[in-house]
Amino acid sequence: MRFWRDVRGTVEPFWVTLRNLLRRPVTIQYPEEKRPPAPRYRARILLTRDPGGKERCVACYLCSAACPVDCISMQSSEGEGGRRYAAWFRINFSRCIFCGLCAEACPTKAIQMSPDYEICSDEPLKLVWEKEDLLIPGGGKDPDYDFYAHAGVGVDGPRGSHADEMAPTDFRSNLP
Amino acid sequence: MSDLALDLLFILVKLGLIFFVLLTGAAYLVLAERKILARMQLRHGPNRVGPFGLMQPLADLIKLLTKEDFIPPASDRFIFFIAPGLAAVTALLTFAVVPFAPDLELFGRTVPMVVSDLNIGVLYFLGLSSLGVYGVALGGWASNSKYALLGGIRGLSQLISYELAMGLSVVPVVLAAKSFSLTDIVEAQAGMPFALTNPLAFLIFMISVAAESKRIPFDIPEAENELVAGFHTEYSGMRFGLFFVGEYINMIILGAMTAVLFLGGWHGPFLPPFLWFCLKVGAVAFFFIWMRGTLPRLRYDQLMHFGWKLLIPLALLNVLVTGAVHLWLGGTA
Repeated sequence: MRFWRDVRGTVEPFWVTLRNLLRRPVTIQYPEEKRPPAPRYRARILLTRDPGGKERCVACYLCSAACPVDCISMQSSEGEGGRRYAAWFRINFSRCIFCGLCAEACPTKAIQMSPDYEICSDEPLKLVWEKEDLLIPGGGKDPDYDFYAHAGVGVDGPRGSHADEMAPTDFRSNLP
Repeated sequence: MSDLALDLLFILVKLGLIFFVLLTGAAYLVLAERKILARMQLRHGPNRVGPFGLMQPLADLIKLLTKEDFIPPASDRFIFFIAPGLAAVTALLTFAVVPFAPDLELFGRTVPMVVSDLNIGVLYFLGLSSLGVYGVALGGWASNSKYALLGGIRGLSQLISYELAMGLSVVPVVLAAKSFSLTDIVEAQAGMPFALTNPLAFLIFMISVAAESKRIPFDIPEAENELVAGFHTEYSGMRFGLFFVGEYINMIILGAMTAVLFLGGWHGPFLPPFLWFCLKVGAVAFFFIWMRGTLPRLRYDQLMHFGWKLLIPLALLNVLVTGAVHLWLGGTA
């Protein structure tokens, strides 16, 4: 009967709400309680160092070219032995969307994403991070990787002295 | 000190205490409602201000007082000013007739634990509860906004559909207690509360009271998702706060009236009478909050159909049957 269905539909919900009143809230109380981010969570960008402790970044501008919001800028420079480095390196985190395209583009694994997402500030200028703020001591996700040990560029040692590398061929001897 | 001065002093003290208790009670009822509703939705509710969010009412008060008091340029200023006051004052005044404990012996004289034991207390309550809707209607009208006006009109139409049923559902109580005085009605329930002897009247009264409080299943004059905020759309700052406080004071008052008329007032075993009264008011208030967390809003025509076609005939029938039973049992009426 319609009437009894209506009465049931009015009374039953009271039981539902009462039952839920006694359950634990599902809210995560953020500043006190933090949910651990997923292992490959993409948040604040880092600049890592190679196993020798030197900066990995070679200032190739690939990250800044890949960045869809143009938040990375730098000035390349060259040190002794032809080793390139960034004279200054700047990420504007008030623009960064944590997309990870810069980390994908990086040929030297210098720029990497970290799970640290708590970088908010009430002052936009505080969100512009310089190279000193971005650099970390370690090698990040791939600590043993050393770009110059594989690149075949004569910076760490003379060409042909690196692992898995043949000595450079004298192209004159290749002539027929 | 002369007798008159002492009487006046007692009345003033009682008034002050009631004002204080009612206003803080209303403020904390807001907090309780937010907490309970939150828990029903598996949230925590306000818990940042003070321990367990207990200072939240104070923070709300400061916020409301420091907000801009905007007056719409096209509004009817005088009526716009008095409408929130009407809503809050009618709610406050109702408590004058509510007896909250038995007479007290103080300094060798009996002090009734009610501000004024009117011999027409029930009628006073019904009258003020109808006056309360003037705050809604005038506020809605004076705002000169279509949402507020619609809210005000809905408030009035809601009033005429529940008020008759509410009045009629109190008649069996008056018949049983043989008095309009609320103190006498409580005394008549010393053995058995009227909610048990006349459950139908209790049910009708509870539904009407829920409609009177203008809260969720019957919050048609406010109806957030239809009318922005209904009659108080144009109100801001403490004027809105008065409407808001009025609503919660009203909730306490209606809880107190339900306790007095149907739940036996301060009567109860073991605990002191005043505590029983507070418990009963709290239980009714909790039921209102619970209902808000449970039921969806009625449509405006549904409430009118429900009131006129179901509640009023039922209440009339109930009056007839109760009268007949009293005649048959006692024959003194």
